[in-house]
Amino acid sequence: MSRQIEFVQGNVACAKAALYAGLEFFAGYPITPSSEIAEYMAKRLPQNGGKFLQMEDEIASICAIIGASLTGRKVMTATSGPGFSLMQEALGYAVMTEIPCVIANVQRGGPSTGLPTHVSQGDVNQARYGTHGEHAIVALTASTAQDIFTLTVDAFNFAETYRTPVILLLDETTGHLRERLEVPAADGIATVGRLKTTVSQGVDYHPYLPREDGRLPMSDFGGAHRYNVTGLFHDMWGFPTENPKIVYGLIRHLVDKIDHNADQMARWKEYYIDDAPTLLVSYGAAARSALHLVENRRKRGEKLGLLELQTLWPFPHELVREKCCHAQSIVVVEMNMGQVLQQVKLAVRQPEKAFLANRIDGELITPTDIQNIIHVIQGKGV
Amino acid sequence: MAKTRLVFSGSGGQGVITAGIIIAETAVLHEGLNAVQSQSYGAEARGGATRSDIIISDAPIYFPKIIQPNVLVCLTQMAYSKYVPSLRPGGLLITDSRWVRIEKTVDARRFELPLTRAVTEQIGQSVVLNICMLGAVVRLTEVVSPEAVKEVVKDRVPKAYLELNETAFDVGFDLAKKD
Repeated sequence: MSRQIEFVQGNVACAKAALYAGLEFFAGYPITPSSEIAEYMAKRLPQNGGKFLQMEDEIASICAIIGASLTGRKVMTATSGPGFSLMQEALGYAVMTEIPCVIANVQRGGPSTGLPTHVSQGDVNQARYGTHGEHAIVALTASTAQDIFTLTVDAFNFAETYRTPVILLLDETTGHLRERLEVPAADGIATVGRLKTTVSQGVDYHPYLPREDGRLPMSDFGGAHRYNVTGLFHDMWGFPTENPKIVYGLIRHLVDKIDHNADQMARWKEYYIDDAPTLLVSYGAAARSALHLVENRRKRGEKLGLLELQTLWPFPHELVREKCCHAQSIVVVEMNMGQVLQQVKLAVRQPEKAFLANRIDGELITPTDIQNIIHVIQGKGV
Repeated sequence: MAKTRLVFSGSGGQGVITAGIIIAETAVLHEGLNAVQSQSYGAEARGGATRSDIIISDAPIYFPKIIQPNVLVCLTQMAYSKYVPSLRPGGLLITDSRWVRIEKTVDARRFELPLTRAVTEQIGQSVVLNICMLGAVVRLTEVVSPEAVKEVVKDRVPKAYLELNETAFDVGFDLAKKD
């Protein structure tokens, strides 16, 4: 079989991957730099037998996908920072009610409407902490069209496996960049389907009673079983409760089902890390600049390495600790004020050896920017 | 091959972005090369100086932006003034002689081509200026083959306008005779 090579934007790679993963329903509100995802879906999703809705705003968009997911469909929305802010309340609702959904946030400069057409990675902490209350979340990122495809499929698989919203944290640079994409064969990447209950109609179905393995089979809402769904703390029937034991059990379950499976969800790439006294840690568009520098300096005999993170939440602290253990200095390359640096400092044995190489002016950090910062860290001046 | 870094610049609506996508897509789909294409967005996309960045290489491309192009195309004076200082000395500079007056001190292989005049006089349609420009770029850079570009144009252009675009490409290709 001949390989299917395409030349597409990262946003289109994301949209294609969503269809590959079995997306059936998309609701969204266009916003730069994410609009190409909705544009592609508006055309292709109906041709695939799915439904596309343009909603009146981002609040309606996330609520629509949550409702559609509950009826048994694979769902997604796409937005950027301002829209992602509007989605935070319903994001918490999806966490609490354990409804699988994928939210792509193609990051631009913020806060507020910020820099609509420029790159940023300022929403890492918003993805983790943007919605209120103690909870866990899954957030993935990627730096190439090919990896965006793979990680988007992962996002749908994690959403179904762990019954959780999954955030795809893309950025303006990778979202808009056109490059080569090899679309995997139909069976090239495994996809996870909806886990449905085996309880038959007329028999009591407990929507929030986890199986022995912690997973909760779903019943299509409006189908065989009548049950309650609420953002309040709820019992195994889905009805509100303030019983401290049940409240404790539910919050424990919501946090543990993600954190205990952090290893399963850890995705990363590594380049020359074994002999690198200076190790870069990066992700998304910034990782492209980091890798550019690493490959260039290696040719000149300079021992730089790169750990590219693709799973940002749950943050892979163990992995980062292990990969950074031989490095004399760790330089986190990102386009914010050190949101992933904070986590790296928590992870490594000697946090004073972790430094920030950043850029926050809406421009992609360049290999030269990173090199200059490394020189300063090494005491060599710029 | 060396890494080719092309910047196509002009004003919004002239089709420099489309031309950039076509040459990059040709490299990837027909020449087995790596290519990335990006563009400036924002106020610049509506009039003013707009640009499309294309990197073509047989090696992987990581950092996707162009700081110093070795091929610069300018279709307007404004784009020329803004971007010519970034051209790598000794690089290739292609300008539309109808709209751009260049300084003779620029260290570049300079080609002042009557692109606009050619498309209006020989084709009668200025809308294909970008494809005419592409013909000249392909001839002068030899980074992709003209036949492969035409394949991509065929896929991207509505049938009714295909001949028009193919003619425009040939006109540009013929204009760019090497000195």
